Amino acid sequence: MGDRVLMRGNEALCEGAIIAGCRYYFGYPITPQNEVPAYMAMRMPQIGGCFLQAESELASINMVWGASAAGKRVMTSSSSPGISLMQEGISYLAGAELPAVVVNIMRGGPGLGNIAPSQSDYYQSTRGGGHGDYRTPVLAPATVQEMAHLMIDAFDLADLYRTPVIVAGDGVLGQMTEPLVLPEPSQKKLPEKDWVVDGAEGREARVLMSLRLSPQRALEELNIKLKKKYDEIVKREARCDEYKIDDAEYVIVAFGTASRVAKASIDIARTRGIKIGLFRPITLWPFPEKRLRKLAENRRVKAFIDVEMNMGQMIDDVRLTVNGQKEVYFYGRTAGMLPDEDELLQKISEVAR
Amino acid sequence: MHYCPGCGHSIIHKLLTQVIDELGIRGKTVIVAPVGCSVLLYNYIDTDATEAAHGRAAAVATGLKRAMPDRVIISYQGDGDLAAIGTAETLHAANRGENFTVIFVNNAIYGMTGGQMAPTTLVGQKTKTTPFGRDEKWCGTPLRMCEILNALDAPVYIERVSVHEVKNVIKTKKAIKKGLQYQIDGTGYSFIEVLSMCPTNWGVSPLQAAGWVKESMVPYYRLGVFRDRASGREKQND
Repeated sequence: MGDRVLMRGNEALCEGAIIAGCRYYFGYPITPQNEVPAYMAMRMPQIGGCFLQAESELASINMVWGASAAGKRVMTSSSSPGISLMQEGISYLAGAELPAVVVNIMRGGPGLGNIAPSQSDYYQSTRGGGHGDYRTPVLAPATVQEMAHLMIDAFDLADLYRTPVIVAGDGVLGQMTEPLVLPEPSQKKLPEKDWVVDGAEGREARVLMSLRLSPQRALEELNIKLKKKYDEIVKREARCDEYKIDDAEYVIVAFGTASRVAKASIDIARTRGIKIGLFRPITLWPFPEKRLRKLAENRRVKAFIDVEMNMGQMIDDVRLTVNGQKEVYFYGRTAGMLPDEDELLQKISEVAR
Repeated sequence: MHYCPGCGHSIIHKLLTQVIDELGIRGKTVIVAPVGCSVLLYNYIDTDATEAAHGRAAAVATGLKRAMPDRVIISYQGDGDLAAIGTAETLHAANRGENFTVIFVNNAIYGMTGGQMAPTTLVGQKTKTTPFGRDEKWCGTPLRMCEILNALDAPVYIERVSVHEVKNVIKTKKAIKKGLQYQIDGTGYSFIEVLSMCPTNWGVSPLQAAGWVKESMVPYYRLGVFRDRASGREKQND
């Protein structure tokens, strides 16, 4: 175990990426993630890496394509409006099966919205935000420590499955400072990158592309191949965390910053005799449905409360999983108006009445 | 077979492959082929290649070159890709002096999508989206990319050539070779604009198309070297 250090979330994720072996960063300024490019601009030259400020998010994500096509571990970061601009590129990366890590420090929307913390890109992140039939794994940290540690997993998942991976934080996690222990480098055995285009010296030429014009079935075959990969990810990679769930009669489902507020409310509710716990998805896609379904089937559990920093997006996945077996209630605040412990407590009291 | 009879791409592909062999760089070359007819390029060239989203070839080439400074990176783009949807990427890569080579095929029209107005469509030229001829008051005048890039500090080599006749085909090959040699030498950003024919979408015969390049395009798009910093020639055409 390493030493405890004090870091800001946006900087911790950079150190996590560097420990994961990322040496290429391309990005464009946008609040509330500006500490990421600033930190990378300082750190990358120190470690023989490459930081380049792109002319737009469109350019960033396509520079990412270039470095990924060269076989390098590469990332970009942005916040919601910038991530919208990157969706075309993410779709292309998914189609060409190129690994990359995209960090989204979410802010309020739609449109220019504001610069305050939000979780309103849940749909966009988990449904394949660009065009076409694809998904991207989405990791949702809830602490500064997780901001760093999940970067290791993000790069491993990207290489293991040849896919872009989204790390979905929010303005609170990006901006806040917390103590953490930095992660160790991964020991995971990963497949050889036998698809890299680095000059065809002594071998057949390779082409990286998402285009499949002919034969007629070529694109459908790619889609079937991608679906098999996504099924594999769903089977193997779903992750969640739980808090005071063992005797819980009520279960809050929340991720990221919202889950931290939920914990506080849970502690107070328990002093009032309400048996309530937290179910926290760490992977938003794949959604950890297996475990949540178990809870829904458990006779002890009476109801779920979905808590989000948006108007209710993950609740669709919660309802699909619970499948009508129990009531699913919602409490959410958004666009910088954080969920309030007391408001949530009131909701809990209403539900538990 | 992907290209139409009389299309300039086949000539330019051939020149490019010849130059790659003459320079002996097949094993260290990566070509970026974006959206448009140029996306078909990897069917005809036996080097590593990658697709790029429409307009983003310069960004992809930037990522490739930054990750592999010792490889030869070639961005092969059409006019819609480079000078409309990808203008920002083109300009900024040039302005950073990225050490890669751009081959810009200007045939004054969108080929792949069936003949719409390109940023380089001439005033008065009829296309699917300018059925009465391009009206400069309505949609501006055609962009001269060599001249625009020549206003930047960083590029080292900018030349406009053409493949409408043998004499200029030979010049085109020389220009491609020079651009790639500069990249190999680490000199910096080179930009070769090639005037080319699209008989299908111009609605003329291959022979008439070659004549149209000479009579209509060349007077507007002056051929020649705009900048050749490595050989000490600057703005030769001014």
